[in-house]
Amino acid sequence: MMYNRSIIHSPFSIRSKIFGLDLSLLFSILLLGIISIFAQFSSSGGVFDYYSKSHAIRFCVFFILFLIVSFTPIRFWHSTSFIIFTSLLLLLIFVKFYGIQSQGSRRWVNLFVINLQPSELMKIGIILFLSNYYHKISEGDVNKIRFLLYPVIAILAPFILVLSQPDLGTAILILLSGIAVTWLAGVRWKIFAYLSLLAIVTAPIAISFLKPYQKSRILTFLNPDSDPLGAGYQIIQSKIAIGSGGIFGKGFLNGTQAYLNFLPEKHTDFIFTLYSEEFGFVGSIFMVFLYFFITYRIIQIGNNTRSIFGKLYCFGFANAFFIYVAVNMSMVLGLLPIVGAPLPILSYGGSSMLAIMFGLGIVMSCNVYKNSTVG
Amino acid sequence: MLSFNSSNIASKTRTIGRRMFLLNSIKAVVLIGIFGRLATLQINQSTKYRSLADKNRFRETKFAAPRGIIEDFFGNEIASNTRIYQLHITPENTPDVDILLLRLKNLIDLSDKKITSIQKKISKQKRWETIIISDNLTWSEFSRLNLFLHELEGAQPVVSVARIYKDNSSAHAIGYVSEISPRDIRTKKYLKDINIAGIAIGKTGLESTLDEEMIGSPGFLRYEVNAYGKKIKQVSIEKGLKGKTFRTTLDSQVQIFSAKLLENVSGASCVMDIYNGDIISMVSSPAFNPNSFVHGINHQEWKGLLNDRDKPMINKAISGLYPPGSTIKTLTALSALENDVVSSKLVVKCKGFIDLHGERFHCWKKKGHGLVGMRTAIKQSCDVYFYEVSRKLGIDRLAATAKKFGLGEKVLEDYSEEKAGTVPNTKWKIKELGKNWYLGETLHSGIGQGYFLTTPLQLSLMTAQIANGGFKIKPRILIDENNKVSNLEKYLNHKNSTPGNVMPTNDQIFNFDLKPLFRNQENINLVKDAMFAATNEIGGTSYRSRHKNKNFMFAGKTGSSQIKRFTQEQRELEVKQSEISYLERDHAWFVAFAPVNNPRYAISVLVEHGGSGSKAAAPLASKIIKKVLERHQNRISQTDQTKGNVS
Repeated sequence: MMYNRSIIHSPFSIRSKIFGLDLSLLFSILLLGIISIFAQFSSSGGVFDYYSKSHAIRFCVFFILFLIVSFTPIRFWHSTSFIIFTSLLLLLIFVKFYGIQSQGSRRWVNLFVINLQPSELMKIGIILFLSNYYHKISEGDVNKIRFLLYPVIAILAPFILVLSQPDLGTAILILLSGIAVTWLAGVRWKIFAYLSLLAIVTAPIAISFLKPYQKSRILTFLNPDSDPLGAGYQIIQSKIAIGSGGIFGKGFLNGTQAYLNFLPEKHTDFIFTLYSEEFGFVGSIFMVFLYFFITYRIIQIGNNTRSIFGKLYCFGFANAFFIYVAVNMSMVLGLLPIVGAPLPILSYGGSSMLAIMFGLGIVMSCNVYKNSTVG
Repeated sequence: MLSFNSSNIASKTRTIGRRMFLLNSIKAVVLIGIFGRLATLQINQSTKYRSLADKNRFRETKFAAPRGIIEDFFGNEIASNTRIYQLHITPENTPDVDILLLRLKNLIDLSDKKITSIQKKISKQKRWETIIISDNLTWSEFSRLNLFLHELEGAQPVVSVARIYKDNSSAHAIGYVSEISPRDIRTKKYLKDINIAGIAIGKTGLESTLDEEMIGSPGFLRYEVNAYGKKIKQVSIEKGLKGKTFRTTLDSQVQIFSAKLLENVSGASCVMDIYNGDIISMVSSPAFNPNSFVHGINHQEWKGLLNDRDKPMINKAISGLYPPGSTIKTLTALSALENDVVSSKLVVKCKGFIDLHGERFHCWKKKGHGLVGMRTAIKQSCDVYFYEVSRKLGIDRLAATAKKFGLGEKVLEDYSEEKAGTVPNTKWKIKELGKNWYLGETLHSGIGQGYFLTTPLQLSLMTAQIANGGFKIKPRILIDENNKVSNLEKYLNHKNSTPGNVMPTNDQIFNFDLKPLFRNQENINLVKDAMFAATNEIGGTSYRSRHKNKNFMFAGKTGSSQIKRFTQEQRELEVKQSEISYLERDHAWFVAFAPVNNPRYAISVLVEHGGSGSKAAAPLASKIIKKVLERHQNRISQTDQTKGNVS
């Protein structure tokens, strides 16, 4: 892979770079980050403990990373996307054999400073790779079998690797993010139709391969009251917490469901439940709007960027970002089965936040360098 | 590196834009879905979920409210509440429960057996659940505990309230409380609603009858728990409502006096106001210590009470059934006179026995009384005279009179343990025993033997209704809130306020709506006069127990109810009651009213296996009568005071 040296000496001055930032997106992210620190603080029972502290530090560090990524020319990300994807794939393979095991799944790789979850980063990696790929090939080639092969492998390889960790939630998110990009690139309707049909037909077989806890989660989703103290406990308690928040919520640090530990996984997947219990319908709507606004800004940046890579990436990332939010919220609201899916930025978890901030950084880079071509 | 022309880019951009538009539409739909769901949960169903969240986090413990008090007529507390000292421990707060228990053993009375059972209980429950180590510590134990409390982490001295009874004299009348049993919960509905573990409830006597009203409304302790059930903080406390206080007609001084008097015998006494039916005293002996039950009676004491020959757990005044013996002769005579079977002038010759259809019926006096009239027959309790009277009267007419005077039925209705007794007649025998009535049985019944069974309370009521001139009264032990003055009392007040102005009987009945039990009041007066003679004239059966002081003079009738008929041999040898074995001795009765001139109280005393009424029962009754009459003025002024309060 070759690239032009001139991207290092970009023609853009610092000043124009700063003006190139999308300020509403930037402040939305900052606001979300600040809310997330308060939510983590509340989740720790109103003390600055290990969780809330490391969350705050992570957000600060990753926000700086976000700015650095933003100021790095989009050309650079375009040209390194294949390398990034390949390295992540190799990391996933490495994790498969040498990863740190915790609670029955092998997801983490020890990088000494941080225990990295490559699968989280892969959610961005797959979008980068596919955007790059479809940027390259001409529109006429998109639906040729030969050109379909690479994307299929690129999506299925990480999907299967992550699924085998096992981490159903992340695997599905990778799959959906990837498919969304191929869809944007113009792959034929029929292919998606056939794939959907295939998915429906093979679903029962796939379910038989699921781990018992995953199966019970799906059954529980269909009827949470079947086992209120066992598998259904999380959904029921989450609904109680959200419902009992009412219109205005119980107030900051006053969420009884969370404070008294009725709420499971309140730092990570169920952080929105905690927030919703304390700030009620009004707060929840505000949060949904904030996420929606961020998605909207990302799409706008995609619209304004000139390169196909930039557009595909921004749209792809917007879709992925929206899917993360929708899946997480639907899950805690009892609209979807419980699958491990963190809420972007709000949930505790370094890799997830790193991936999101990195992904947002590239979007911002698209905005800063919206008029540049990628080659 | 591939090259692109601008048309290619524009075409791709269009495709991407079109396809993105579709995805954005889906996003909008999902967004609406999430909005809708949030609105449903947080607006429409928020009440439901809020109550579910509260159900999650709040736990309530109920605790008993202070029990209602039982007072005597003068407002003295007979059954009251006292401060008790308890020791609770919470295993969670203790570094080592076993060491704590070992330390406690040195400070308070704690047996190894108890320690084992506590350890067992601790292992069964959650570590943060409190356990009661001792629920009735002495003050010295309690203060010792407080002194060493800093070394007893997890131990918690608690001050609580429990029932206490001043003395044993009213043990039967008041009853006792004890820890609720599964059976109580099954049988009593109000207890099911109250549902407090280990609450003390009334088991016998008034404690049982009035339990529902005295138990009060339980208090609530509401606290917050976390998901694991651990108590986080107390949220609220509702004190509950103290149970209702009841005032009884009892005079605790008379109770204590009577109980002391009956201490060494097995028996019962009952004193009643003859105008309003107030039960001034009701004592059964031997008594038990009701306080023993409050904190759980120990096995040995309980076994001792159950196996006692004299049955201390039975309230003999209302549940003990005994043939009335010669005390019934008052009613036999009355019944015969009222039914015009015999005239008061009937004279019978007593030669110590009569023969009837080949069966010999003996008089208690072997030599016989000679020629006796009705007054003498009652005074000396001549059996032969009453054989003759009852032979003419017949059992059915006697039974009718006995029933009218309150025998053979529950008269108080305030006690579940009260017994009705038996008033036999021909129908009764056919129904219960399936046999015809024999004339010989009439003769036995006429002197209160045979099938007749009565309680001391019934006989005091009988005597009261004779003493008050033959008017029906309703015995009572509880003073209702209105403290209604009975019609008979109104008449009494009227009579007292207009001395010398005697109202004709029919006017009395009409003006005061009285319920006469007689056809001719003269007959009642005749019986009363005979009872006067029995106590106050030489040769009377209770002459030796009389009071010479005019103020305390009483009129009474002795009685002894046969346990076993004397054999011919014993009769020949003139065996004395004291010479036969205890359990074969006759029960001794004495019924009386006092003071003689203007009666106010009726009394009955029973001494189980006391031998004869004149020797065993009458002396006791005599002393109780004196005590009651001494207390009369206090009672009257208390009555006036209460009335003043009411009006």
